[in-house]
Amino acid sequence: MEKLMPGLRNNWWKLLAVILVFYTVIGGFLMPVPRIAIVQESVRNQFFHVSMWFSMMILLTTSLVFSIRYLAKPRFRNDVIAEEFAYMGIVLGLLGLATGSIWARFTWGAWWVNDAKLNGAAICMLIYLAYVILRNSIEDEVQRARIAAVYNIFAWSTLLPLLYILPRMTDSLHPGSGGNPGFNIYDLDNNLRLVFYPSIIGWTLLGIWIIQLKVRIKEIKSKLEDIS
Amino acid sequence: MVREIRTLILQESIIEWRLRYAINGILLYLISVIFISYLSFRSQVSSLNPLVWNTLFWIIILFTAINAVTKSFIQLNRGRLIYYYSIANPVAIILSKIIYNALMLMLIATIGFIMYSLVLGNPVEDIGLFMANILLGALGFSGVLTMNSGIASKAANSTTLMAILSFPVVLPMLLVIMRISKNAIEGLDWSASYGPITYLCAIDIIVITISTILFPYIWRS
Repeated sequence: MEKLMPGLRNNWWKLLAVILVFYTVIGGFLMPVPRIAIVQESVRNQFFHVSMWFSMMILLTTSLVFSIRYLAKPRFRNDVIAEEFAYMGIVLGLLGLATGSIWARFTWGAWWVNDAKLNGAAICMLIYLAYVILRNSIEDEVQRARIAAVYNIFAWSTLLPLLYILPRMTDSLHPGSGGNPGFNIYDLDNNLRLVFYPSIIGWTLLGIWIIQLKVRIKEIKSKLEDIS
Repeated sequence: MVREIRTLILQESIIEWRLRYAINGILLYLISVIFISYLSFRSQVSSLNPLVWNTLFWIIILFTAINAVTKSFIQLNRGRLIYYYSIANPVAIILSKIIYNALMLMLIATIGFIMYSLVLGNPVEDIGLFMANILLGALGFSGVLTMNSGIASKAANSTTLMAILSFPVVLPMLLVIMRISKNAIEGLDWSASYGPITYLCAIDIIVITISTILFPYIWRS
């Protein structure tokens, strides 16, 4: 095995990412799912929509950690990593919105409904898009890194109460609240769980792989600039 | 520390008083917007839905607040910045700015409320709760906007940036404020609003604490 794939020791997680994503897609579409009123077959979307949101939260939180590390220890690398994690978080967030929108169309009958969680998601995207614009409008590299880190921390700390408390204050169309047929995390069908948890890990690892490549490209670019 | 903050607030108010154009400009802006909304709703003022009344009021206050607070760092000239930098502690500066802006926003929102009620009618049943809401809201707005003004002042194109950075951060706060204010309009018992009020206080505290921790990093550059 070691001869066959010499990089396996360090890169096993990439293989795991591929396997888990394939597992999610194949298992997610083919396995038997429980019949739940209204939701029916569309419950399969949980492996895409819900788990993408979970991994988005993981990536954005990691971005926050690297922003904090940048403020504590201003290294170029910390800033690049924080930036790429935020970008990847946005990509997953947009995918989550898209899949959620499709789900909403077929269960609630509209592409967009007025719901605390949906609005929270939209606000979350707005915050991180503003982060991108902020980054682009500062010329100086050191200043850009520091100001962006500050905004990242500031925005994240005001986002957290929003995503966790606000939906609980209002009725939501989402399963498990406001009298809707529920399948919240605690009464998930065991079969669903079998795909749901691996899918979160799969999407997150795939995201981290993309981030790693992008960070390396950036570092090579900055080294080339130093040489020339 | 406390003395430093008090001095800074005092100094800020003296400057504001001497250059009255800034605060007068904001007040005129507020009154014009209220008048514009009055004229736009002219024929239906008597039958204006309380929900619309509430939403419109808070949107007016939000936009006025953004305009009012933008100047706190963005319009500071280089000489003044360096002067502050050399004499004062960054924590004292951000706290004094937040407190000063909060007081200013409370004043603006109260004047706005009076003017707005004069022309568009006043459906509010529980004025006490409404005023408490205005005060808490002004404090929160001031925290977020002052901090964002500091962030935006370091970037190019800062006036637009100020708005896009602030909207999403202010939104959750705005939603809670509107909910409390809806309760006040309908005259519900205070106990119905305890939840949102605690939540609003919590956001205010989080925002102000985080601003105080993070501001020194912006200030250094």
